[in-house]
Amino acid sequence: MIGLFQYGFMIRGFEVGIIIAAIAPLIGIFLVLRRYSLIADTLSHVSLAGVALGLLLKINPLVAAIIASVISSIVIERLRLSKRIFGESALSIFLSGSLALAVVLISLTHGFGVDLFSYLFGSITTVKQVDVYIVGILGFFVVAAVLLFFKELVFVTIDEEAARVAGIPTKFINMLLIILASLTVALAIPIVGVLLIAALIVIPVVTALQYGQSFVKTIFFAEAISLFSVIVGIVVSFYLNLSTGGTIVLLTVFIFVITLLTGKKDHRAH
Amino acid sequence: MHTVDHSQTIIELKDVCFSYTSEDVVKNVSLQIHKGDYVGIVGPNGGGKSTFLKLMLGILRPASGTVKLFGVDISQFKDWSKIGYVPQRTTVDANFPVTVEEFVMMGRYSRLGLFHFPKQDDRERVNKSLRQVEMYEYKNRQISELSGGQQQRVFIARALASEPEAIFLDEPTVGVDVKTQKQFYELLRSLNQKLDLTLVLVTHELDIAAHEATELGYINRTLEYYGEPKEFLKGDYFHELIGKGGIRH
Ligand SMILES: Nc1ncnc2c1ncn2[C@@H]1O[C@H](COP(=O)(O)OP(=O)(O)OP(=O)(O)O)[C@@H](O)[C@H]1O
Ligand SMILES: [Mg+2]
Repeated sequence: MIGLFQYGFMIRGFEVGIIIAAIAPLIGIFLVLRRYSLIADTLSHVSLAGVALGLLLKINPLVAAIIASVISSIVIERLRLSKRIFGESALSIFLSGSLALAVVLISLTHGFGVDLFSYLFGSITTVKQVDVYIVGILGFFVVAAVLLFFKELVFVTIDEEAARVAGIPTKFINMLLIILASLTVALAIPIVGVLLIAALIVIPVVTALQYGQSFVKTIFFAEAISLFSVIVGIVVSFYLNLSTGGTIVLLTVFIFVITLLTGKKDHRAH
Repeated sequence: MHTVDHSQTIIELKDVCFSYTSEDVVKNVSLQIHKGDYVGIVGPNGGGKSTFLKLMLGILRPASGTVKLFGVDISQFKDWSKIGYVPQRTTVDANFPVTVEEFVMMGRYSRLGLFHFPKQDDRERVNKSLRQVEMYEYKNRQISELSGGQQQRVFIARALASEPEAIFLDEPTVGVDVKTQKQFYELLRSLNQKLDLTLVLVTHELDIAAHEATELGYINRTLEYYGEPKEFLKGDYFHELIGKGGIRH
């Protein structure tokens, strides 16, 4: 373990990884319960287009990903509200469209280099010091926003109409949630990469939901799974020279399968 | 003795029209509901009962006409804690990972407002609401572990937790057994009589609406009848609704 922290990139990787592990389930629980998981996936592909644009224009790819992700989250929410031809299929078009855009932009720069691979699947070796600051500040913002609007987020997620009748500004809360999701997705790129972010956001929450219980307990359980997977995943991938994002997500899947076999709800179903 | 103070208007609708698409679902509806009224709303499937309720609660905005709650136009209305809402149960995912206590606490949010978190007196009020519906022992259970009738009581408890002056209920006893249903309507009656709560109840069960409610509304696109349940039972709408009189006109 001592050897691990001799490397600056490992320290940066841990810092960013722990922040991401903490915010992913916090947003994930609302996305999963509202059946918005596909939105996380869509935003991650939009983020890739942002990364590609960043590489092309030589601006920090993480910053470019954040901007692209936040702007499209606002567009997606507007479209959802207008109710015109919006649904899963529209999200799929958004998703494929931004993936196509990303690929075209990348071929405009220097083709499929090593860089792209690390953005697709995550690589802590590429985490720069400035990324740590960005993730730290915006991660703090996400946590603060969730805590401040926690009761409104819960109410709107459970029962949007009743929340509205309780005087909760549901439009604002919906917009806030999707913007926080877009930030979380973009911030997670350095660690788990574009293709695996949705998994980190969704799987620990789905696992925790196996055990039911209260809303707060569910969040704590999801946090524990997420933090465990990210920390162990970074260490294991370092020593065995594996893909960081892949290892982390495999760990979450592993825990999910274990809870599925031993879970409370599973017993009731039989 | 129960006395109804008919002087205070709780809800006032004037010429309200609404359509989801091009066709009017609710047309030219006007009515006043007063403090202490127990209003039953009946009508055929697709007649616009739920839509009507959502218009009264500001979930939907009328295409034309006005809706006032407690004398204030719905777009300006802020006193949401005066209103309790028990939505059609089908609109809520009962598998939610919340305990009964967490769920009922949401009823306090309209009083708490932004950036305030529940305190001791909110918890006490939640306990009181749960006792009112005889669900206190279940407060640490997850909602999904309750029966349909028990869930319905918890929904009522949430509506009561905001200490409302009026409660709106949309088909609250669908899928609830006869015994529980009976207890449920006894509970509503006592809330109406003891606490002077104004109740607006959308239901399919005409006999219940006619026996429990003090006012009855029959809605089929327009509000075809609004008044005493007894008079309604004598009229044609009744036959139309239960299908004995065939189709009028
Ligand atoms: N979201 C919607 N979009 C479009 N049309 C709708 C929507 N909701 C309801 N309608 C239509 O409006 C009409 C009135 O519906 P509403 O749900 O108010 O009826 P209801 O009286 O509550 O019926 P039920 O007894 O079946 O609950 C119906 O013709 C229905 O098809
Ligand atoms: Mg209805």
